[in-house]
Amino acid sequence: MLGNYPVGGKFGRYGGKYMPETLFPAIDELESAYEKYRNDHEFQKELSSYLTEYAGRPTPLYFAKNLTEHAGGAKIYLKREDLLHGGAHKTNNTLGQALLAKKMGKKRIIAETGAGQHGVGTAIACAVLGLPAEIYMGAKDVERQKLNVFRMKLLGAKVHTVQSGSKTLKDAINEAIRDWIANVKTTYYLIGSAVGPHPYPMIVRDFQSVIGHEIKQQMQEFEGRLPDVVVACVGGGSNAIGSFYPFIDDTDVMLCGVEAGGEGIKSGKHSATLAAGSEGVLHGMFTYLLQDECGQVIETHSISAGLDYPGVGPEHAMLKVTKRARYVTCTDDEAVQGFLTLSRLEGIIPALEPSHAISYSMELAKEMDKDDIIVVTLSGRGDKDVQLVQDYLDKSNGAKKKKEKHAK
Amino acid sequence: MLNRIAEKFGELARKRECALVCYVVAGYPTTKTSRQVIDALVKGGTDVIEIGIPFSDPIADGPTIQAASNSALKQGITPEKALQLAKSIRKKYPTLPLLAMTYSNILVHAGVEKFMGQAKSCGIDGFILPDMPIEEAEAYSAAASKLGLATVFLASPNTPGTRLQKIVDSTTGFLYLVSVFGTTGARKSFEDYTLNAVKNVKQATGDKVPVAVGFGISTPAHVKFMRRAGADAVIVGSAIIERMAKSSGKKMSKEVDEFAKSMKKACRMP
Repeated sequence: MLGNYPVGGKFGRYGGKYMPETLFPAIDELESAYEKYRNDHEFQKELSSYLTEYAGRPTPLYFAKNLTEHAGGAKIYLKREDLLHGGAHKTNNTLGQALLAKKMGKKRIIAETGAGQHGVGTAIACAVLGLPAEIYMGAKDVERQKLNVFRMKLLGAKVHTVQSGSKTLKDAINEAIRDWIANVKTTYYLIGSAVGPHPYPMIVRDFQSVIGHEIKQQMQEFEGRLPDVVVACVGGGSNAIGSFYPFIDDTDVMLCGVEAGGEGIKSGKHSATLAAGSEGVLHGMFTYLLQDECGQVIETHSISAGLDYPGVGPEHAMLKVTKRARYVTCTDDEAVQGFLTLSRLEGIIPALEPSHAISYSMELAKEMDKDDIIVVTLSGRGDKDVQLVQDYLDKSNGAKKKKEKHAK
Repeated sequence: MLNRIAEKFGELARKRECALVCYVVAGYPTTKTSRQVIDALVKGGTDVIEIGIPFSDPIADGPTIQAASNSALKQGITPEKALQLAKSIRKKYPTLPLLAMTYSNILVHAGVEKFMGQAKSCGIDGFILPDMPIEEAEAYSAAASKLGLATVFLASPNTPGTRLQKIVDSTTGFLYLVSVFGTTGARKSFEDYTLNAVKNVKQATGDKVPVAVGFGISTPAHVKFMRRAGADAVIVGSAIIERMAKSSGKKMSKEVDEFAKSMKKACRMP
C-alpha cells in the first residue's frame, strides 16, 4: 500500500537523509517530536482551530461551470486554496510546522522561499504564534517578486537576499541549510515544500493532506462519488502531494501532476524535473533532478518562480516510477493562456503555478466524457503575478507585431 | 589506497607529529594553478592532500570555498578533469596520501562504484563526502572496501555518543571532526566546546583511527589548540584559498609554501 510510505525514511528508493552530520541531532529531534505530536489530540485540535478560525478552512470546492462549458468535456471542479489566508496552500504547512516548532521550544524560525508564497506563509504563521522569522530568498526572486518581499517585511519577517549560485530557490535552500548548521541548537528550519531530508517530505505531505481530505468529503457531498482525476501543479510538489495522498489507495482515481515546461522541453529552458530529469542527490534527498552530464545541478526556467526548482519531492519520484501518478508538462505560453481563461470565464485570477494545472485540465477535459469529473487544485491566487503577466503579454504582442511587419 | 594514509599517520605518530592536511579546489583558479599550489603545499611540509571536486550546491561550505568552487565550475572543471589532476599529482608524488572531497551527487550520478573505481585508477586513496551520513552509505562503503579506498566519515561537536560510535565503526583512513557549528571558512578563534569535542572524539576512537579536525583552522595558534586537545591531524582549506586570492605566480607559490611551513611547524611542536 503506497499510503503507508515512507518506510525507514524512504519512499521506495527515494528520499533519505543526505545531510551534514551537524544536523543529525536536529533531524532526530524533529522526527521524535513529530511522532509525538502527530498523534497528540491537543496538538491536532489546536492546529485545526488555527486552520478553521484563523486561516479559513475548509476552502470551497467550486464547480467551474463556465470553464467546463468552455472545455467541452468532463466537469471541472476547483479546490480553492487561493482563498486560504495568505493566498496560497502554503499556510496549511506553515501553521502546522510553526506550531510544532513552538511545542519543541524553538526560539527562531528560518525558511527559504522562491516565489515568496512560502516566505509570506511562514511570516504569517510566525506572526500569529509569536515567533521570529528569517526568510532566505534568491536575489533574482527578490527582484521578480517584490510585492511578496514587502508583504514578508510587513508581517515582521527579516528577508535575507541570497547572492550565491544561481540566486534562485535552490540557493535559498542551500543558504537556509547553512544557517541551520550554524544555529542548530536554537533554530527550526521550516521547509516549504515536500522536499529535503526525512522527515520533512512526510511532515509537509501530512500538513498539506487537508486539501485532499476535504476534496474527498466535498466530492461525496456534491456528487456522491470520488473524482476521476485529481490535477495539481508540481514544483517541489507540496500542493500536489497534499491533494494526491488521501487518494493514493483509491486506485480508480487518476492522479496527475503538471510540471513547468517553460519554453518547451527541447529548448532546455524548463523545470520539468520528473518529465525530463534523472536520479540524484540534492538538499538531503535522493530523487529526480535536473542536472548536467557531470551531476552538477542546472539552472531551471519557468515563468512562475514557484515551480522554478531543479528537484522534486521524493514521494513524487516514487509515484512516477510505480506509475501511480502521471506527470505531464505545460509551457509558459499555455500557463498564461490558462491564467487568462480562468480570469475571464470564472472571475478568478489564479497564480501562475496552478495556471499550469488549469491549462492542462482544460485539455484533459476535452478528451473525457461529460459525466467524468476532474478536480484541479487551485493552489494560490494571482495578485503577485499580475505585473509579470502584463509584461509577458506586452513582450509577446511586441514580437507578434514585429513578425507581422516583416511579413508585410 | 588505504595503505598510503595508514603509513603516513603511522610514521607521524612515531615522530609524535600532528598531520597537516591541506584542501585544494580542483581547477581554482585554473587546473595549472591547482598543481602549483599542491607543489607549494607539499614543499611546505603538507602530509595529506585533499582535492576538492567542485559541486554546484556545496551546502557544507562557507563563502570562500563556495566562491572558489563556483569560479572553477565556470572555468569548466569537471569531475573527470579533477581526477586527471589527481593522476598527475599521483605520478609526481607516489607516496603522498591523496583524498577526494566532494558531495554525494557527483558519485551517485556517475554510479558510486564506477566513479570510485575511476578515482582509484587516478591515484585517489579515499573519499570525504560531507553530505553522506552513515545511514545512506551502504553502497558507498561496500564499493570502497572492495576497491581498498578510505571512506572518511564526519562527526560534529553535537554528535551523541551512540551515533559517534557507529561513525567510528564506519570510518576508514581517519575520522573527520567538524570543529564548529557552521560551514567551512577561516575563523579568528575557537571556543571550549571544540576542545571538549576533540577530547570526546579521541576517547571514542581510541586506537582505531586517527582524528583529523577541520573547519575554520587558519593559524599556527589554531593548530596548537587542536594538538593540545589531542588531534592527530588538522585540515586547512579556506585559509589557503584566501592566500591564493592575494597574489599569483611564483609569489603565490612562495606565500602558500611559507604558510604551510608555519602550520607544519606548529604540528611538530612538542
